Amino acid sequence: MILSNTENVPGKTIHEFYGVATGSTVRAKHVGKDILASLRNIVGGELKGYTELLNEARQEALHRMTQQAESMGANAVVNVRFSTSSVAQGAAELFAYGTAVRVD
Amino acid sequence: MDLVIGIVLNFGPVVLLLVLGYSAGTYLERRHYDRIRRRESETSAFPVVTLRSIPIDWRVESCRLVMGGVVVSIDYFKRFLASLQLLVGGRLTTYEPVLDRGRREALLRMKQAAMDQGYDAVINVRLETSRLANSTGGGTARVEMLAFGTAVCFAQDS
Repeated sequence: MILSNTENVPGKTIHEFYGVATGSTVRAKHVGKDILASLRNIVGGELKGYTELLNEARQEALHRMTQQAESMGANAVVNVRFSTSSVAQGAAELFAYGTAVRVD
Repeated sequence: MDLVIGIVLNFGPVVLLLVLGYSAGTYLERRHYDRIRRRESETSAFPVVTLRSIPIDWRVESCRLVMGGVVVSIDYFKRFLASLQLLVGGRLTTYEPVLDRGRREALLRMKQAAMDQGYDAVINVRLETSRLANSTGGGTARVEMLAFGTAVCFAQDS
């Protein structure tokens, strides 16, 4: 599965469009790491626990999007976009979407 | 005497946090900037562009989505200073460096991911900023910086 955030796949041509493929996940951090992060808030800088959490969540969202695209019969997703929204305290929704296409 | 003890008990923890936030925060920030500048100069030869499609003379063999993200927050001292700055308005100099650091770090991570996987350039780079909800409900600057783009591998000329 080829993923790209450009309008077409560089070096290949699009033969068929299947529509929008989406994937999302809602994640929260467990309390222990949340406390660590609030300590880290005193000195500022990177909150590693949160970076990890969001990276994992984004991979998961991408994976779900890829699966949906596969079930449509696509072999690539172009123009992939991300959106993040905090739905509740300490939780975030990671959402990935793009256009499922067949290229060769 | 009682008054002194009272003052220490009331303001001690806050002053301690301010001092800790200022000293550790400034030190960490300087170290992070040193690291960012070093990595930026090391990877400056790697092309990263915001063009939506590949330049016409590039022959591309394969591509892949790459990204780099980082969650950053501001230190206690700066947060305190920012609340004072908010009274007068204007430029919030305390918030600027932390956002700048985060964005440059995210870009560097994306670049590194593309280089590690053997790609030659990254096109259509996009930067996103999103605010994360705070578990305590307060309004601290905990933001995520995300950089993503399409890494491309040049075709070998035969």
